[in-house]
Parts: sequence; C-alpha cells; structure tokens
Amino acid sequence: MSEIKLTINGVTRTASAEPRTSLLDFIREHLGLTATHMGCEHGVCGACSVILDGVPVRSCLMFAVQADGHDVMTAEGLRDADGAPGVIMDSFIEAHGMQCGYCTPGMMVATHALLAETPDPTDDEIREAIGGNLCRCTGYAQIIEAIRIAAQRLRDAT
Amino acid sequence: MKPAPFDYIKATSLDHALAALAAHDDAIVIAGGQTLVPMMAMRLARPSCLVDLNEIAELSGIIASEKYLHIRAMTRQANVLASDVVRAKVPLLAKALAFVGHTQTRNRGTLGGSIAHGDPSAEIPLCAVALDAEIDLASQSGVRTIEACEFYEGPLMSVRRADEILSEVRFPIWEGGNIGIGFQEISPRHGDFAIVAIAVQLQFDADNICRRAAVALGGASPNPVRATELEAALFGQRIDAALVAKIVGSIDRVLSPTDDLHASAAYRRRVAKSLTMRAILEAAI
Repeated sequence: MSEIKLTINGVTRTASAEPRTSLLDFIREHLGLTATHMGCEHGVCGACSVILDGVPVRSCLMFAVQADGHDVMTAEGLRDADGAPGVIMDSFIEAHGMQCGYCTPGMMVATHALLAETPDPTDDEIREAIGGNLCRCTGYAQIIEAIRIAAQRLRDAT
Repeated sequence: MKPAPFDYIKATSLDHALAALAAHDDAIVIAGGQTLVPMMAMRLARPSCLVDLNEIAELSGIIASEKYLHIRAMTRQANVLASDVVRAKVPLLAKALAFVGHTQTRNRGTLGGSIAHGDPSAEIPLCAVALDAEIDLASQSGVRTIEACEFYEGPLMSVRRADEILSEVRFPIWEGGNIGIGFQEISPRHGDFAIVAIAVQLQFDADNICRRAAVALGGASPNPVRATELEAALFGQRIDAALVAKIVGSIDRVLSPTDDLHASAAYRRRVAKSLTMRAILEAAI
C-alpha cells in the first residue's frame, strides 16, 4: 500500500491505496467523491474526466500513486463556495444538457477546462473540447447549447 | 478491468529510472500511460514493476538548436501542439498533433511514449519517419541514437531494448526556401487511430521548383514507410495535380496493408493513393 496525499477540490486529503488503484477508483472509493463517473475504464468514454494540475485528464488512465502531491478537481468542485450548483451545472440543467446523466460530470469538467482557456468558444471549439466525451444518449445538441449558455454567463459575470 | 498487482517506483531522475529498470526483472516504464494503462486494465500487459517517468523534470522540454528541434521524451502531446517553436520549426508535427487523441489524452500522453509504442497508424511515429528524426535511447551503458527509419521492426516493435529508455527525439529543421506541409488521414471518428495517414513536407526554391521532398505513409504497412520513389519523382518539379496523379502510383510498391475490421487491404491502398495526392497538393500551395 502507498500513502497518497493530494489536494482535491481545494482540500488536502490523505489515504492509502495499492499502486494498481486507478485515480478514478481512489476518488470514488477511497475519498468518497462519487460525482466522477466510471464508464469504460479504458480511456474511451471520458465519463471519468477530472482536472489534474489545471488541465483535463482521464482519471481511469492514471494510477492514484501518480497523483500524489498533485492538485485534482472533480465535478464536485464546480459548485460555488456556498454550495449552489454553479454556472456550468445551472446551464446544463437549463438547456437539459443530459438525458441519462451518465456522461454529464465528464462533460461539465471538459466545459470548465474549455471555458477557462477560451471564454468565447466557437461551436467547433466546443465540439473539439467534448470530442473525448461520449454521450450514448446522443444528446449532443443540448450539451453544446448548455456550454454556449455557460460561456455567455461566465463572460457576463466578469 | 483492473490491472494485476505491481510494484511502483516513482523515478526522480533518468539515472534513477535506468537503475530501477535494470534492477527489476520484468519492469517496464510508464510514460503518459494512455496506451499502457488500458493494456494493463485488460491484462494484455502484466508488468511486475512499473517505473514512473512522470516526475523526471530532465525528460521534459522543447528546445531548438541550429539544426534540430529537440523534444524531450516526456513532453506532453498537448505542450507540443501548443508550442510556438514547434509550429515555427517543425510545422508538420504541430499539424499532425491535432489528429492525436483528444484534449484529455494529449494532456497526459507524451511524444516519446507514442514513438516508443510504435502503433502502425499513429501520427507521431509517422512524422518522425517522414522527417528523419533521431531517437535517443538511454541505458546504464550510455546513450545510442537511432534514425527513425531504422527504429521500428514491426507493429508495436522497435529496436529499443528492455533496459533502455527513450530520452529524446530530434527533428531536423529544414532551413531556406519555402516549406510546405500536408497532413491527411482518414479515421472512423476524429481523434481515433487512423486507417491511413499521410505526412508530407516539401521545400521549394524561389521559382517554385521542389528541391526537397519527404512523403511518409502510415496505417498501410507494419510501420510508417517513406515513399522514396515518389519523393525522387517530385524533386526538380513544379508540382500540380496532373504531375502528382502521374507519379503517385509508385507508393503501391512500399505499402503492405492487411485486412482488419476497420478496412480491407484493397481499400487502404486506394485511400492511401487519394490521400497522398491531397497531402502533396496541400503542401504545394
């Protein structure tokens, strides 16, 4: 077992895990944060996307020991400080950017990463940003609309 | 979908990683892990010990010298794609990187990892072969340099020994004249592995005559191959669609495609020809 200490959504947490434990399993099972979804577990679907040191990655494609000493943000971290859903989650609710909801945390994490770099994205840039996230309900049109709304609101707020 | 147990060593320097690799039977290195981790999850790979290169600062970075663009092996694909110096010095590589995976995998996947893995249809090995890149292999007995064209021995197979770590890739910088690049691929979905991919870099003089040509084809042979006969036919020419249509047939002699569930060998040959023509004309503008 290895001791793993990382910052997750601004909070420093420590837990032990085997080297073979994925960052995804560590976040869900060891830290009890279940917004990050487990989809394909081999890097295809994007449901497990998290932000590692400021950039989006797939948490099923790295081991928790590799995140020791690093900074992770999950979909839980998209909430406002007062616990309100936050702009991105609100926009997904408003545009109904989900059907079954399984891909939604990964989509929202990808949205956060996109809008941090590109506050006024084109539709092509939106599509590229969520290109690694599969929605098997094929509800992409509303997801793209949700991202447009989130971008507009975040721009208006600054 | 859980990997078998393994020991884990977080290497802090290249020397540390080489020593760990030499000290453990059946140890392998993990770079970005975007291919290795799925292989371990599916238990196609079961290393007893994993030597992690991700915390080794000396294995990351992009530097241009007079003749080469030096890219350290652990440089993330996303950083290569975003690099101004890459776009200025080796634009073909920057163009090809946009076809490699997705944002999430490029943020973790490395340039050296892709080259070491050697997927027959991967874009980065294709560029390395097209541009005659030099590949450094470090071991406890020193560093040896292999030309990209000599690096591969078959699908997912290279001359890299089990005790060696790919430490740097150097792309020659083409100086002078006008440089044109072309990159074309066809894949089931954007970001997927290519069925066929073509990389072209051409150099033209002031009269628009081709003075240097590199054409490489991926996905239609066990490893990326150079179309040397076609390159020779482009030399000294003003390039237009009629010329390319006349000379492109020679690529048949360097291809050895196979049937798989994505495409038949015959389709790969046909599409390779179309994409090669497009890529050359793209580079000739």
